[in-house]
Amino acid sequence: MTRRVTRRLVDLVVVFLGVTLIIYLMVFALPGDPIAALGGDRPLAPNVVAELRERYHLDEPVLQQYLRYLGGLLQGDLGTTFQGQSVADRTALRWPVTITLALTAWGIEVLLGVLLGLVAGLRAGTVSDRLILAGTVVATSIPVFVLAVSAQLWLGVRLSWFPVAGTGEGWPTAYLLPAAVIAVFGLASVARLMRGSVVDTLRTDFVRALRAKGLRERQVVGVHVMRSSAIPVLTFLAIDLGYLLGGTVVVEGVFNLPGVGQLLFQAIRAHEGPTIVGVSTALIIVFLLTNLLVDLLASVLDPRIRHE
Amino acid sequence: MSEPLTESLAAVTPTDGVAPAARRGVWRTLRRRPLFWVAAAVLTVLALVALVPSAFAGWFGHPDPRACDLAASALPPGGGHVLGTDVQGCDVWANVVFGTRASLTVGLLCTALALAVALVVGTLAGYYGGFLDRVVARLTDVFLGFPFLLGAVVVLTSVGTRSAVTVALVLALFSWPTMARLVRGSVRTVRDAPYVEAARAMGLPDRRIIARYVLPNALGPVLAVATTMVGGVIVAESTLTFLGLGLNAPSISWGLQLSSAQSFFQTSPHMLVAPGVVLTITVLAMITLGDVLRDVLDPRGRS
Repeated sequence: MTRRVTRRLVDLVVVFLGVTLIIYLMVFALPGDPIAALGGDRPLAPNVVAELRERYHLDEPVLQQYLRYLGGLLQGDLGTTFQGQSVADRTALRWPVTITLALTAWGIEVLLGVLLGLVAGLRAGTVSDRLILAGTVVATSIPVFVLAVSAQLWLGVRLSWFPVAGTGEGWPTAYLLPAAVIAVFGLASVARLMRGSVVDTLRTDFVRALRAKGLRERQVVGVHVMRSSAIPVLTFLAIDLGYLLGGTVVVEGVFNLPGVGQLLFQAIRAHEGPTIVGVSTALIIVFLLTNLLVDLLASVLDPRIRHE
Repeated sequence: MSEPLTESLAAVTPTDGVAPAARRGVWRTLRRRPLFWVAAAVLTVLALVALVPSAFAGWFGHPDPRACDLAASALPPGGGHVLGTDVQGCDVWANVVFGTRASLTVGLLCTALALAVALVVGTLAGYYGGFLDRVVARLTDVFLGFPFLLGAVVVLTSVGTRSAVTVALVLALFSWPTMARLVRGSVRTVRDAPYVEAARAMGLPDRRIIARYVLPNALGPVLAVATTMVGGVIVAESTLTFLGLGLNAPSISWGLQLSSAQSFFQTSPHMLVAPGVVLTITVLAMITLGDVLRDVLDPRGRS
């Protein structure tokens, strides 16, 4: 177990270094000058440009800049925006909104996805199974932003079932609709995965043995099939929690929720490189940590992984 | 895109026997799937629209997507404009027709690029193994270690003018690792098959073994996933364009239409409906085709 944790931590560090380096290199290797963009339509005076370059260390070699950034990251410094605010400060107050949104979406995904997958898997080949499968394909085909805007229009404006935008009404009312929108894509995957997993598990010898010894069907399914089918689903859900954080960018923008995603959304529109890199890095760190956590959790649930 | 890698890899089983016979079997099974014909028909129509948009744009009397009349801003569907007009007074139908090319170009180009890189890298890593394999594994780990969309956001931010080609390039940069891993897994399962050993025993050069025996048998599942991926890329492109990072204003694309329509969704929702529906149908057709292909190309599903 200790070896597994160490190995996962080493992996985490490698991926983290790789990701930040890739992003950094690409941001700086490609054309486009953030300092020039600061001046808007008017060109800046050369001495102002030089001064700004020095202040933001843009005159140093890329590798040195990257190391400086990494050093800062380890101290919790995500960089400074062009307005002179720290990215960490700007995101700090926004995290609760984003985390609430992502977790709400995740909850919807887990509950509905597992339920639909279980129903489809237990009734494989029937009409309800086929309907659920077709539904998941359609659900994965609708882009999140199309779904977000349509839901906002029909369920928010036309039917007034949910608030149209903002977090004024608090949890859960204000979060339900945006969370459901983000959840749809992952929900479909969870349902399909769970279905396949349940179908496979039902065919195993141990389920036959459980039935043969006269265990009640409710217990066979509720305890044994569920636990055994949960592992691939859990792994997917872990990765998906990270993707939900990414999905919040579009949905927080559309529903005007003051979260980290909205900050990224606005930074993109304002072409604020440091904010974009800082917020993306923060989201990626959260993504990596979530993955680590649930991977370790999976090894607790599955003896095969634990004794590997 | 929604299928986990493990399941896709599990679907990778080498077909034995002669390639042409297997191909005939695939076609015979494919032919009998109604879903295949539905998806193929939709995609054929879309391909035609993308190739010669002018043949379709004029059906309802307004052939030019850029002939806009500000006095006719945001007209609801009906009257002279079958799908209404947008804020600039441009015909929505003509814009949807002309927008097809951008989406399909990005989807196909990106997938083709990612597939080409993945085939080279994945085949080398899967066939030879060893050090190269480990390097590729680490590299794909890094790329798959973070959300695709966030990476694309960061890179596209620093690209000034963006065309369908640049967007496709950036998306390909982040999507080849998935394909490479798939190719590698697929090649590995075939590498030690008896017929490949036989070819090796006959003293054929590696190049010939890979081209004649390994790739044809390893390619099926990869192509199925690639088809699905086209749909995913189209979604990614429109999402990025919607955020303000994909294609820029003079281009015509569904993403741009949706992006500009979003500000007026309360008063003129019709501007959202047409591009949204067409976009969804396109992606649905791609994903369905990919699903059908995967079912058919997996020999276990053919019995």
